[in-house]
Amino acid sequence: MPGSGKARPRVGLFVTCLVDLFRPSVGFAAVKLLTDAGCEVDVPVRQTCCGQPAYNSGDKATTEAIAQLTIAAFEAHDYVVAPSGSCAGMLKLHYPALLKGDPAWSARAAAFAAKVHELVSFLVNVRGVSTVDATLEARATYHDSCSGLRELGVREQPRKLLRSVKGLELVELTDADVCCGFGGTFSVKYPDISNAIVERKAEHIAATGADMLLAGDLGCLMNMAGKLSRQGRKIAVRHVAEVLAGELSDPAIGESP
Amino acid sequence: MSAGASSRDAVIFKIRKALGTYDSAQRRTTVAERLGAPPPPLVPERAKRPKEGQRSLLRSFLEGQSATVIEVASTTEVPAAVARFLRSANLPLRVRVGDDPYLDALAWNSEPALERRKGPAEGNDEVGLSHAASAVAETGTLVLASGADNPVTLGFLPETHIVVVEDKDLVGGYEGAWAKIRARFGKGAMPRTVNFISGPSRTADIGGQLVMGAHGPRRLCVILVRG
Amino acid sequence: MSAITSPAFKDNVRAALQDRQLQQALSEVAPGLAARRGAARAGLPEFEALRDRGRDIKDHTLAHLDLYLEAFEKKAGEAGSHVHFAPTAEDARQIVRTICRDAKARVVTKGKSMISEEIGLNPCLEADGLEVVETDLGEYLIQIRGETPSHIIAPAIHLTQDQVEADFRRLHTGLPAGRQLVEPAQLVAEARQILREKFIAADVGITGANFLIAETGSSVIVTNEGNGDLTQSLPKVHVVLASIEKLVPTLEDTNTLIRLLARSATGQEISTYTTFSTGPRRAADPDGPEQCHIVILDNGRAELLGSEFREVLRCIRCGACMNHCPVYTAIGGHAYGWVYPGPIGAVLTPALIGVHSAKHLPNASTFCGRCEEVCPMKIPLPGLMRHWREEEFSSGDTPLLYRLGLRAWAAAAKRPRLYHALARIGIPLLAALGRRRGAFRRLPLAGGWTRYRDLAAPQSRTFQALWADTKAGVPR
Repeated sequence: MPGSGKARPRVGLFVTCLVDLFRPSVGFAAVKLLTDAGCEVDVPVRQTCCGQPAYNSGDKATTEAIAQLTIAAFEAHDYVVAPSGSCAGMLKLHYPALLKGDPAWSARAAAFAAKVHELVSFLVNVRGVSTVDATLEARATYHDSCSGLRELGVREQPRKLLRSVKGLELVELTDADVCCGFGGTFSVKYPDISNAIVERKAEHIAATGADMLLAGDLGCLMNMAGKLSRQGRKIAVRHVAEVLAGELSDPAIGESP
Repeated sequence: MSAGASSRDAVIFKIRKALGTYDSAQRRTTVAERLGAPPPPLVPERAKRPKEGQRSLLRSFLEGQSATVIEVASTTEVPAAVARFLRSANLPLRVRVGDDPYLDALAWNSEPALERRKGPAEGNDEVGLSHAASAVAETGTLVLASGADNPVTLGFLPETHIVVVEDKDLVGGYEGAWAKIRARFGKGAMPRTVNFISGPSRTADIGGQLVMGAHGPRRLCVILVRG
Repeated sequence: MSAITSPAFKDNVRAALQDRQLQQALSEVAPGLAARRGAARAGLPEFEALRDRGRDIKDHTLAHLDLYLEAFEKKAGEAGSHVHFAPTAEDARQIVRTICRDAKARVVTKGKSMISEEIGLNPCLEADGLEVVETDLGEYLIQIRGETPSHIIAPAIHLTQDQVEADFRRLHTGLPAGRQLVEPAQLVAEARQILREKFIAADVGITGANFLIAETGSSVIVTNEGNGDLTQSLPKVHVVLASIEKLVPTLEDTNTLIRLLARSATGQEISTYTTFSTGPRRAADPDGPEQCHIVILDNGRAELLGSEFREVLRCIRCGACMNHCPVYTAIGGHAYGWVYPGPIGAVLTPALIGVHSAKHLPNASTFCGRCEEVCPMKIPLPGLMRHWREEEFSSGDTPLLYRLGLRAWAAAAKRPRLYHALARIGIPLLAALGRRRGAFRRLPLAGGWTRYRDLAAPQSRTFQALWADTKAGVPR
């Protein structure tokens, strides 16, 4: 059985609001991958959102309240794993920074943060997973979501696992590490700029000749999927966890059932 | 109190207030020590190569920036190298120089046709000739100090600048260049201008395309004297 | 003060996105700058360690800025410079006007100076009857168009070659109309010829400064053209405009910053000309200015030292942040509405002109983090932009509709039971509405999104609801 440390660690899945509300199949894919990697997966019910919408709007009070309830919900787990680089980054880096000055919470936040991981990097770096048992005949390209890349160093891990998917041809995306233009509330507050950025991204995606686009963050994926479909491009968009887990029975993002 | 002094005090006071500090003996000591004995900077590996490596770095950087590099065995050959370069560039055999004993002592009678005029550069001078204080291998950079021996305009008004530098004045990194400046002018003292020159003048401001000779010289020729 | 259009950011953006020439110019130049910076960094193994050193040098200097300024003033004075302190932009303008008046100046040449833009110097001197000529080629190109710089190191990055040719033909009427201006080299040669006369005619030369060195009382400029050198060497009077945070303790400290500056800005190992000036000409010098004045500007920066924005004062004006910014490279510099564009502008502008006027700037960011990743001084730009958002939020400056939406969302997000109960009702409804197409082309309250993109419909039920079923043994 792959993995290091405890024989069967207890992982709390931080679902993320977008997965919870828009695409549960990503959550189930995450559960499968974690279980296959020898973890016992639990999903605390007292979680809603990591708080980025409030945090990035300058509402520290709301963010702190959300941080506190989230930290409390996951205190009994060995690890906290999220299928999202931006949510994991928020939990791991920004919660401790936010609560540093609060004597009641600063130690709890630090202890919590130490357990937080983004999903794919957790599988590869902590559980030692190097291959997945999945098959997909497709030509896919991969976008590096900003927070996962720059806050958490998620870059090689998804590519490593994708290369082990039988039948999958992985094509590198030009400017894979350049923002897709989502930025959370930015996409609706400054839609003109967001659109200009995602149009450039869509051109790069189309230029790969791929029939599938993958990434590790649902916000980015919905942004890029929405643009590709508005442009009439036939490129299937999925979360990387879905492909790694072989959970492909649901339609791709934005596709009709 | 003059307006100038009160403005100065106002700014200093505002800074102290913002820092939540005041003029203290301890802070003064920190600053004095830092200025007097600065911590050694992080010197890149490529600035620490032996002389042969320094020469090849200097040449490759300067040539990469479209400068010409000519090596001569001794100072005796410098005037001939200057004349040869001018001829190859179809330039008149006339250079503007400073009042420099080093340049004066070169074997100019080996090139009687080559005219030298002393003083700051004038509008219609085509070639300036300087002697560099040092050359820095880490980025292919010539270091020139202004003075009676090297008017600063020699390196900027004429379209062609020829710089003579001795192999013994070739250093690995900028630190070596400052050591020589300090040795010559004293610690904390500087001439009016120290120029770090790393190639001919250029611009990419029009359509993003690189063009030489934007305002400064179009041509830079470096004569490295081995002897 | 330079005209401010930051409050009209959204209009500026619309215009910028529709400006075909700007978009063409941005797509031609910007990606190359980022690629070259990457190559320069890869070519110097010590680059990351130097960033740490650079940050530490600036932090140390800022923590002792009062004393380093005093040390600089003393050394500069010993070298024969006149050092003037300007608490405000108006003070700086008056100082420079007086210097020009005392010099009986008629022609003033300028090297690139963002400070001179900040204080609105040119119109002020022109009102005094002076001819003011920008000599940095990019600055000259925009000066003749009556425009402001759109990038801090490549001010004319937004212009195409065709535009430049049209401007030269329009303005340089003394030259033969039939002349060829097809190649960039021809345009550069013409600019060189025109500006050479001005260099020689100038009575006062004004430059900026990337650094002021306390150890020697020197100012440092970097150019590729050599225009800064001609500006500061030919006229009788040299004026240096610098802001207080340009201070650096020693020559060795400057080495570290120079090792970072050009590589971050253009990918060059070093700028073609890096020039250290100290005082006026010496007695034995055959050329050089007779007077050297150094004007040191505060204009709100001292206050920043004591604030949570202090780190922005580490900036060495390389422009890497904007070269790598997806927002800047989509809208260009003018959209930001004032002197400083891009991520550095988003943090500095609210500090200098007020967060109310500049409120869009720190908000128009995806927080992708590339700016912080490439900043040679490791300025935490996204975090500083977030601080501005916090200030806006706590002062009630966020738009009302947005605040209300946020408050409604927050009320639920802080209460998991309520949140999940609402989601269990709302999500299946939305899923049903979107089931046929799988996505919405239009959705009330989501106009910002659906104007340009489809919005994927939710799958059917929430994950929490499905997971609860799974735990209860209900098949999926």
